[in-house]
Amino acid sequence: MIKFLIKGILRDRSRSLLPVLVVTLAVAMIIFFQGFMNGIINSMFLDSAVVSTGHVKVITKGYKEESQLLPNDLALLGTKQLIDKMAHKYQDYFWTPRITFGGLLDVPDENGETQAQGPVFALGIDFLSPGSRQIEIWELERRLKDGRLPENKDEVLLSTRLANRLGLSLGNSVTLIGSTMHNAFTTYNFLVVGTFKLNLGPVDRQMMLVDISGARLALDMEDAASEILGYTNSLFYDDTAAVALRQQYNKININNTNIFSPTMMALRDTKQMGVMVDWMNAASGLIVGVFLVISIIVLWNMGLMNGLRRYGEIGMRLALGESKGQVYRSMVVESAIIGSIGTVIGTTMGIGLTYYMQEVGLDYSKAMESLASTEIIMSNVFYAQITPELYYAGIIPGVLSTVLGTMLAGRAIYKREMAQLFKELET
Amino acid sequence: MNKIVISILSFTFLLGQSDDISVQDIIQAIDNNLNAKSRILTSKMIVYGRRANRTIESRNWVVGTDKAFTEYLSPAREAGTKMLKLNNKLWTYSPQTDRVIQISGHMLRQSVMGSDMSYNDMMEDRPLGELYEATLEGSEKIDGRNHWVMLLEAKTKGLPYPKRRAWIDQEYFLPMKEELYAKSGKLLKTSTMSGINKVRDRWFPSRFHFKDELKRNSKGTEWVIDDIVFDKKIPKTRFSKALLRK
Repeated sequence: MIKFLIKGILRDRSRSLLPVLVVTLAVAMIIFFQGFMNGIINSMFLDSAVVSTGHVKVITKGYKEESQLLPNDLALLGTKQLIDKMAHKYQDYFWTPRITFGGLLDVPDENGETQAQGPVFALGIDFLSPGSRQIEIWELERRLKDGRLPENKDEVLLSTRLANRLGLSLGNSVTLIGSTMHNAFTTYNFLVVGTFKLNLGPVDRQMMLVDISGARLALDMEDAASEILGYTNSLFYDDTAAVALRQQYNKININNTNIFSPTMMALRDTKQMGVMVDWMNAASGLIVGVFLVISIIVLWNMGLMNGLRRYGEIGMRLALGESKGQVYRSMVVESAIIGSIGTVIGTTMGIGLTYYMQEVGLDYSKAMESLASTEIIMSNVFYAQITPELYYAGIIPGVLSTVLGTMLAGRAIYKREMAQLFKELET
Repeated sequence: MNKIVISILSFTFLLGQSDDISVQDIIQAIDNNLNAKSRILTSKMIVYGRRANRTIESRNWVVGTDKAFTEYLSPAREAGTKMLKLNNKLWTYSPQTDRVIQISGHMLRQSVMGSDMSYNDMMEDRPLGELYEATLEGSEKIDGRNHWVMLLEAKTKGLPYPKRRAWIDQEYFLPMKEELYAKSGKLLKTSTMSGINKVRDRWFPSRFHFKDELKRNSKGTEWVIDDIVFDKKIPKTRFSKALLRK
């Protein structure tokens, strides 16, 4: 029967073309929309995670209390051992130490005296350890505007805005003026080897990136770190899993009031990220849900219209002796085939479109540059993201709604009286 | 009733005191004790940190209120660091970077060597009489010694502490305890001094304790003067930028 129905669908374009087209378009739009929302949300979480929060992070209790002041005198000590322990215990995550510090960047003239000076927000990141994924997750190769990546502890990358403001170019030496973790005055010379642009709004306005070994030397923080950041191996933020991990980790130290004892925070615990996570999940669920319902109604309606359009044909088939059940079943199977064809084509189109937006993105630089706040880290370019659920997300609206619509319309078949059929056919 | 009698008696006592010596005389006497033509001193700064304590040794050469040169002697990380103050400018040299850097702007509000003292605190040693208008608020007994309580309000704009309250020992003419306030009235720092010795014709403390009240859990910084010589001639070359690198 299926072969017969497929032949019918292919030969009678009036029966198949429009329904397949509608299903295709609806499914493609749903998939693209969901992929785009996924992309925005995941990229927002990942950007935040990469720059400041990690998917989870471990800091001391004292540091947590005063984190706005970047109190490196409350940094974690013995970080190598801590990281080894966590890597062994929580294998779904990879862990990396980070030093966050502020200070002044001083540019010398030819006599070694101050030529320019400006505040700097610096991050000591583990770029150089073998197996480190920091260059990958920071996407530094893509974000590098000039020069090269650091190859040793004394080399730094500056944001293009900071470099321009201080009149710096590649190969210049700069002196960091800051405080060690013991709050002592410190100065340290770095060599500028590259400039970068994060495209994350105002966040990189005063940013300097240095390998953690250089930051440790400059700030007298041997085997210490402001925080240890953890990222899922897949780089997808799973809020439920992160919160569960945080609860499990913090159970051990729940009664420890020592300000130097470690504590874990999930991405949602940092700044206003909790509200953001909830809001984004709710908003995306709502938008995709509303869109899905509209599509289902459209496709259902199309199934109904299709059934009604074929009122005469059904009458003829009943008059020729086909049973009502046979006609009903054949119509349902036919709509399932149409729905499936539309879903496959729609999914292919939707994924193609999503892939394009995943690679190219939508550039919002000008709007984002005007933001003054550095609290919320948001990408200047919105990218879509293909996730596994996109491959089957079209089935409900594409196949099920079409079939349900046809089933509803097909109920009319059972209401038709044989006696009336010939009268109807005569007219 | 008793309270009223005590208040009247205290007020009468205060009036009596101010008749003997004016507020301006007290301030002048403090300035005479604390300021000198020149001084050379070796001192220790003990910074009580949250994790550990650090002791930083230094040697200072000071002429009047405009010139000062400091060389840090220990610990190893700080040894060789030098600072030069000329009028209202401050330069620092660190041997690690071999750079002479001018400390200016908001860096002046930063802590010196992680202590509770800022560069501004270091810079600002002009006589109190030049900077503040003093008002006598009363008197108090601390550790059995009589003190005047005096409120000092800035005469000039731009001072790091526009208001300060001082408890002045009536024998030593030294502000044994001070509270330093912002313009808004917020308490920023407190300081105390102890170990008062007679050095030539002046009373001078050998221990200071500073506490930054904005630093949570701060235990403060102790500054101990091991050795001090007043009014010794210091060559002009001591205060040259060239000496920072030597």
